[in-house]
Amino acid sequence: MWEYTDKVREHFINPRNVGEIKDASCVGEVGSIACGDALKLFLKVDENDRIVDAKFQTFGCASAIASSSALTEMIKGKTVDEALDVSNKDIAEFLGGLPKEKMHCSVMGREALEAAVKNLRGEEAVPHAEGEIVCECFGVTDEQVRRAIKENNLNTVEEITDFTKAGGGCGKCLDKLADLLAEAKGQKKVLTPLTVKPAGLTNLQRMKLVNKVIEEEISPSLQQDGGNIELVDVDGKRVLVQLRGACSSCKSSQLTLKQFVEKRLRETVEPDIVVEEVR
Amino acid sequence: MAPASPVYMDNNATTRVDPAVLEEMLPYFSDLYGNPSSMHTFGGQVGRTISQARERVAEAFNCHPDEVMFNACGTEGDNTAIRSALASQPDKRHIITTRVEHPAVLNVAKHLERRGYDATYLGVDAEGRLDLDELRESIRPDTALISVMYANNETGVIFPIQEIAEIAKERGVLVHTDAVQVLGKVPFDLKTLPVDFLAVSGHKVHAPKGVGALFVRKGVQFRPFMLGGHQERGRRAGTENTTGIIGLGKACEIAMKNIAHENSAVKALRDKLEKALLAAIPDTRINGTVDARLPNTTSLAFQYVEGESILLMLDAFGVCASSGSACTSGSLEPSHVLRAMGVPFTYAHGSIRFSLSRFNTEADVDLVVKELPPIITRLREISPFKHAEGEAPACTC
Repeated sequence: MWEYTDKVREHFINPRNVGEIKDASCVGEVGSIACGDALKLFLKVDENDRIVDAKFQTFGCASAIASSSALTEMIKGKTVDEALDVSNKDIAEFLGGLPKEKMHCSVMGREALEAAVKNLRGEEAVPHAEGEIVCECFGVTDEQVRRAIKENNLNTVEEITDFTKAGGGCGKCLDKLADLLAEAKGQKKVLTPLTVKPAGLTNLQRMKLVNKVIEEEISPSLQQDGGNIELVDVDGKRVLVQLRGACSSCKSSQLTLKQFVEKRLRETVEPDIVVEEVR
Repeated sequence: MAPASPVYMDNNATTRVDPAVLEEMLPYFSDLYGNPSSMHTFGGQVGRTISQARERVAEAFNCHPDEVMFNACGTEGDNTAIRSALASQPDKRHIITTRVEHPAVLNVAKHLERRGYDATYLGVDAEGRLDLDELRESIRPDTALISVMYANNETGVIFPIQEIAEIAKERGVLVHTDAVQVLGKVPFDLKTLPVDFLAVSGHKVHAPKGVGALFVRKGVQFRPFMLGGHQERGRRAGTENTTGIIGLGKACEIAMKNIAHENSAVKALRDKLEKALLAAIPDTRINGTVDARLPNTTSLAFQYVEGESILLMLDAFGVCASSGSACTSGSLEPSHVLRAMGVPFTYAHGSIRFSLSRFNTEADVDLVVKELPPIITRLREISPFKHAEGEAPACTC
């Protein structure tokens, strides 16, 4: 069972502003029943651009209902522009926090608000948020992912899934999410952490994977500090490397090997990899 | 207002330990703490009690006590059976299972695929039933094992294990069944049911958690999963979970005495609950066939509402049930069983499983029948989908 705050429970059991506004100034709809949660937000806006009423209908879990309730409470009385300053983090904080796996419910609230404002301003309603769909299971676009990373300072693919649901279905988009994360962080691609580590790799599989991680992640990272690394051989679980450039003369090279190179290979390839330096 | 003690209808998840089971176990936590492997009288008497427990389990299975191997749980039984079947036939690289298995089997099959084995996952129809012709067509010369659950834990649908095992035997293929949900609910007889492996778990049958048993038919080659001492005739090393085993033995004895009660009184309660909820709540359906189903289980799907929300509101009234929805599981998608059955999303997300036991009462059922309809009404009032005309909006994913 999820650990919900008292405020989440309170807003779930007694949600505020449930229903629809018949003469709403605008409506914002996000999500779908296939995705497991959906929110329809109704706003009544006066001539001064002030939100005088907000109501919602939500299909979803306790977090989704509580987030919707919180959102309507937070934006009532604000001008539209002020309301747009409400972020998903604000919604979660209003509720005293949400389980990290449920943060996408707060994101849904924020997106519904934006959809409603678009509707208010006569902008075209599109079936998806802007951008190209990266997660087909949940219809999440690259722009949604970029934004979630930026606004919530996300650092892992798992966090992207928690905040956007992207990657939470078939998992085929995990590589794309890793690319987007690396791009957002101004890095080269960070390999997706393996939730299930491949067991019993063949020699060829191990060699290929070690080479890939070194070439795509470890080497570029060392190059940023004027160093480099070269794969010499893979002998069973022993990975033999040579350090180059600044790394070869660095007093901390052994720390680099163990705390960075070996650690990363253990995370991404096999847990008992041993990295040794060949001079 | 929630009752003083919870109305517990989540018995397919776990069961309360029967007081008689607990009573039988208690001395082995305190006075009778000897190691059953010890060569002294103090340990020997514990060893004899384990033998008695083995006989009780064997009686429930109608097999020889030597064919009963104690372990930790159903998951261990499933893993052991599958791995043993493959290890004993190294030239065979294919297994057959179903898309609706418990993760204890499904995840092993997926793991094996990553290790270079082939796995065939049999589908089910809209009512959760297997197609035996598909099974026949899936068998290959290199098929090492067919592993099909006896009854599904979510829907309660019972699979035709007798026919499945006979098909397997005709083709010379080993067969395993995860029988975790059927012990004490569906009578089976391993003298006539030609499976090679059958796994059960203590905590599903009013014994404690942490104990299970695996039937391994005599003559079937066995490769241990756990290596170490000589316990369990060298097939499962490690000091025995003595109290758990004694509890499981007693629980099996009680279960067999109660199997008729399970199929009459418990089934009657389940039917009353199901009928009343179907009558009181429109747009509700049963997941899975009603023809061959565990007597204690009903999986009900309430259109346009989400399962976790239902469960939390029920919890406020002290009612414990389970959901096939995504949100309760930590996954983002609804239950793999409901997806395999093609249950529409409009229903799948709002699926609730009630699984009863002999400890449930009429009053329990009455409480659920009283409290659940207004919960569904309330959630549908909040839901945007009930307001739409006709079918819910199509998925945009």
